[in-house]
Amino acid sequence: MTSHVDNRDQLNATQTQAAGSLARFGRRNGLQIGIVGVLAVMWLFFLLAAPRTFLAPEIYAAFMQTIPLFGIMAVPLTMLIIAREIDLSFTSIMAIGMVAFLQIWQETGSPILGLIACLLTGLAVGALNGFIIVRLGIPSLIATIGTQFLWRGAVNIITNGRSGVLTDLRDTPFREVLVGKIADYVPMQFLWMIFIALIVWLILNRHKFGAHVYLIGDNENSARLMGVSANRTRITLFAIMGLTAAFAGLVTSLNISTFWPTLGEGYLLQTLAAVFLGGTSVFGGVGSILGTFIGCFIIGAINAGIVAAGLTGFYTEFIYGLIIIVSVSMHGFVRKRLG
Amino acid sequence: MDQYRLELRDVSKSFGDVQSLRNVNFRVGMNEVVGLLGDNGAGKSTLIKIVTGYYQPDGGEIHFNGEKVENLSVNRARQHGVETVYQERALADQQTLWRNIFMGRELTTRLGFMDIQKMREETNRLMLGSMGFTSMAVTPDSVIKGFSGGEKQGVAIVRALHFQADLIVLDEPTMGLSLGETRKLLEFVKDIKQAGKSVIFIDHNVFHVYSVADRVVVLDRGIVAGEFLTKDIGLNELMEKMYRVAETGQLD
Repeated sequence: MTSHVDNRDQLNATQTQAAGSLARFGRRNGLQIGIVGVLAVMWLFFLLAAPRTFLAPEIYAAFMQTIPLFGIMAVPLTMLIIAREIDLSFTSIMAIGMVAFLQIWQETGSPILGLIACLLTGLAVGALNGFIIVRLGIPSLIATIGTQFLWRGAVNIITNGRSGVLTDLRDTPFREVLVGKIADYVPMQFLWMIFIALIVWLILNRHKFGAHVYLIGDNENSARLMGVSANRTRITLFAIMGLTAAFAGLVTSLNISTFWPTLGEGYLLQTLAAVFLGGTSVFGGVGSILGTFIGCFIIGAINAGIVAAGLTGFYTEFIYGLIIIVSVSMHGFVRKRLG
Repeated sequence: MDQYRLELRDVSKSFGDVQSLRNVNFRVGMNEVVGLLGDNGAGKSTLIKIVTGYYQPDGGEIHFNGEKVENLSVNRARQHGVETVYQERALADQQTLWRNIFMGRELTTRLGFMDIQKMREETNRLMLGSMGFTSMAVTPDSVIKGFSGGEKQGVAIVRALHFQADLIVLDEPTMGLSLGETRKLLEFVKDIKQAGKSVIFIDHNVFHVYSVADRVVVLDRGIVAGEFLTKDIGLNELMEKMYRVAETGQLD
């Protein structure tokens, strides 16, 4: 017969084990827990500061419509930054991808062929970024600043600064699938963002490729010594970034039924801020798709929240900048503490 | 003709104007511990990185178990049974223990998706067995940044052994280890030999190498300056020869 003392010892051991598991869960998922906390606090603040706005369903419909326009790019950008790279050209790739779409759509009358041209252009331009960076050895910061200007310039030359009209695509299945609404409330771009986030999460956390992304970002030399193909992985990441940026450009243009040659300008800061706020380290090797996903909603909500709370929109960029600096500083601080 | 575990014939390697290795002939027997000695810049690291497929030689041949191998890569070297514990340990500090153990050869199921459960179980088994981690604080999901130098070395060594290597390359394995850990490592090299495997042991500490090696090869400025069976040369004599080589380029 088990004694009362044995039962108590067993209970203590179980409780200790549970507490240990909880602590390990906390350590393993600290970033994600933190960012969910930030979202909760921010949402509470906006609810109290502007209850009429933040209790109405319209604001959330607006978030689901606008946040994916940069959120779709923030997700693959997360992988790139985990690999200790950066891409500042994606806003121009949005535009050059759309130029390809317009050319092919106007020539063939087929938006599907236009879509294929758009995505292939993004893929090729992204791969070119990868080639310049990996094979020519130019740091990604410099290379993508260069290609940002290059492709924006190409867009202006090709379009002669003229906009493109997409109204002929209104009410077509093509447009409905990309930016239509489900139940007259949920925009398709929000579902596309979730879909892309799920795919990238799976790749990053369950696929060998994702494991190599983390390893390369953490210690590329170690990864190479262990047979990881760092060059191929990095070129692939840039190609994926290009592909997704072109897709985001199409979605953004269809959303307003117009293409502007300035497409993408203004998204750079928000996209980067969302990634860093979500816990991805600028030093590489650490990052979270869930963190980026939530980071997108925090960034996306800030603008609305600032205005609804009675501050001017001038505060928006100031706060975005503050977020980037604070997030990166926190990572540096934590790195030093652990090192 | 004797078959060697590894044979480099007339291997050369340059980096720009610097000739790191010049017509080097280097062999490791089937169950032999070979110590590779030499001053800084002698070419030891280059030689090792050619053996492990990280560098491609500019000239010469590489043979494994009597078979000539062309275009040796890191993965192909592993397929030939070569595992390395690098001087830098080749670990990723911010990643978990299981990710470090299976770095570059993750167990996958279909389409490249990882069998994480299996890797965690294997890592757990290695932790409790070979690595001797019995504390509940260390799990396969522990990030290795918090490990001591000796523990990290343990991870690197266990990783090399786990994948059934025939030739283990230890590049400065005693660096950063305490006296007790060093003694354990040297005992461990003897165990590897007793298990029928071959070892290339590189260390700046000649005493460490001498105490476990069957044969030592001295490199100097990219060439093999001399080879000795440890049973035929005393430690002091070996040290003298090494100093002479470093100062004059000549063994005698």
